[in-house]
Amino acid sequence: MIISKYDPLKLEQFQVLDSEGNIVNPKFEPKIDDKTLLHMYKTMSLARMADIKALQYQRQGRMLTYAPVQGQEAAQVGAMAALEPQDWLSPAFREFAAMLYKGVTLEQLYLYWYGNEIGSKFADDVNVLPVNVPIGSQVGHASGLAYASKVLKKNQVAVTYIGDGGTSHGEFYEAMNFATVFDAPMITIIQNNQYAISTPRHKATKAKTLAQKAVAFGIPGIQVDGNDVLAMYAVTKEAAERARKGEGPTLIEAYTYRIGPHTTSDDPTIYRKDEEVEQWRLKDPIKRFRIYLTNKKLWSDAQEEQLQKELEEYVTETFKKVENSDNPTIDDVFDYTFVNNPADLIEQKEKYMKYLKQTFLQSLKETSKANKNLKEE
Amino acid sequence: MAEMTLLQAINAALFEQMRKDPTVVVFGEDAGFEGGVFRVTKGLQQEFGVDRVFDTPISEAGIMGSAIGMAINGLKPIAEMQFEGFMFNGFNQIAVHMGRMRNRSRGKYSVPMVLRMPWGGGIRALEHHSEAVESFIAHIPGIKIVIPSTPYDAKGLMAAAIQDPDPVVFFEPKKIYRAFKQEVPETEYIVPIGKARVVEQGKDITVVAWGSMVREVQTAIKSLEKDNISVELIDLRTIVPMDTETIVNSVKKTGRLLVVHEAVRTLGFATEIITRVIEKAFLNLEAPPTRLTGFDIAVPLPRGEHHHMVDPKRIAFEIKQLVNYKV
Repeated sequence: MIISKYDPLKLEQFQVLDSEGNIVNPKFEPKIDDKTLLHMYKTMSLARMADIKALQYQRQGRMLTYAPVQGQEAAQVGAMAALEPQDWLSPAFREFAAMLYKGVTLEQLYLYWYGNEIGSKFADDVNVLPVNVPIGSQVGHASGLAYASKVLKKNQVAVTYIGDGGTSHGEFYEAMNFATVFDAPMITIIQNNQYAISTPRHKATKAKTLAQKAVAFGIPGIQVDGNDVLAMYAVTKEAAERARKGEGPTLIEAYTYRIGPHTTSDDPTIYRKDEEVEQWRLKDPIKRFRIYLTNKKLWSDAQEEQLQKELEEYVTETFKKVENSDNPTIDDVFDYTFVNNPADLIEQKEKYMKYLKQTFLQSLKETSKANKNLKEE
Repeated sequence: MAEMTLLQAINAALFEQMRKDPTVVVFGEDAGFEGGVFRVTKGLQQEFGVDRVFDTPISEAGIMGSAIGMAINGLKPIAEMQFEGFMFNGFNQIAVHMGRMRNRSRGKYSVPMVLRMPWGGGIRALEHHSEAVESFIAHIPGIKIVIPSTPYDAKGLMAAAIQDPDPVVFFEPKKIYRAFKQEVPETEYIVPIGKARVVEQGKDITVVAWGSMVREVQTAIKSLEKDNISVELIDLRTIVPMDTETIVNSVKKTGRLLVVHEAVRTLGFATEIITRVIEKAFLNLEAPPTRLTGFDIAVPLPRGEHHHMVDPKRIAFEIKQLVNYKV
């Protein structure tokens, strides 16, 4: 048992794999089969590649506002890998890597950030909620998903993510308390990436750790090295077991860092120093995981080179596909608000379509008239 | 058939639908063990157990957020806000998620739930216990809004709301919770959402009202019999979707429209009704479509509340003004 051993009030942090890729806590090294380890590594690498590319596309004016995930891949993939396929993910908006691992496709994620709702229509068996923008409001959904799982005996655990900034939000407390009172099978992972846009964590709360907020709820809380994919896996696995046994929620603080800007609209150089970012780059979650896999003889430089090449091609091809995708139709725009559109919405749609048709015919007429004039000249 | 108050009719609908559909769950502050502060959910926990009928922490945002998650994951939540004046604590979820999840996920997820709230004034209550808040919700796409005015409608509309695939806000006019009884079938029936009810047929003027105001208008109409004024009274029953057709057809016949509501005037739902009538029956109008509503003030505490609450005398006065309107 890990969670009860690390007291957030004593500022204890759980780590298995240090920044250099050494196992520092062999007793708690999780037993993960090779195939899963490689899948985890590849998903983290894909998220990284897709993230870097998305920023580039945005700078080229080909992508809209995007919230990068770089630096937080372990906090996401480590946790998701510890779940069962039927388990739920209720994300905030920076869970790119977690969503990928849970079965959302890269094309869907890119479509969403490209500005099309169709990107949030995941496959039927993918239990992931769409990107959730209003801070803190996703925790309540996880609480409800978990309660339903309990009452309907679905054996699902609901995992939700929130940022360090989000823990100041009232909805975080209300939803955590709600789930706790009913022993709902929920896990809340706070990705403490040190900043809420520009506001550093120490300006948002006097609490020494965010994990200690669990104490007031009456549930276990633990601070984990969020850049350590093995630690995240081990702790989430244990929290999920607790949840499945009916012991209720767990609060996990993943201590990590947002390497990139809050979103593409943000300039982090205003509020933090380059040296700080460089310090955190040394703790990179992918780098240390690669060393671990290399030491286990599961990974080689040649494989890495090959993977990077494949990922680059895959991401480039996927984004091209997204750039060439169709915009939503008028039906798409109107027909998902209600299961059956009420009369007045049908009327609004029909009137708009009539307008589009009329102006289209008008422009056709004008074009043919202009062409005719050209010919006559 | 059984004689029931509006409150008993809602309670009967909850029993009926919970027996029929094991995924229906009912919860809210004090909604479980004691059956709610008005006792609308009385007896449910005893029959259906604590997993399906339960008390929650005082936590409107927790209730709302969790209800949405439950609805997505296979339950049919009937959540209660103890008073409409406290819904704003949970309003974020109502405004940013309840009516948007379906569109956001392009139909993968929907939120089939009912959000119940006692609604409106006239019970001499504390501040924040007497609000008519339907317009706040009506401005959010994707949510249906029901306000019954009779026990019969309350039971049939609640059954419809529970079976509806979209989220429904069900406002319960607390002034008439126990005001009168009506014969209500004990077997299941549905009053469809989106269909207004013509309460009285008439030819001189159309009056549209909902909730506890319907009874006030009926009293006013009785007082006008001696004046030989014939009023067509329409009970809107559902704010969203609004039954435009029934209202427009009526105004085309009468040429006059009065909308009566409890809510404050500016951007109250009368605004929408009158706009639609002007758009669709402009040339049939013989007098300016008019609204008689609460004032643009906070609902006064009980000693002054009667100034704010529209009563039959004022309704009759306004109807006479409109019927005698001369260009």
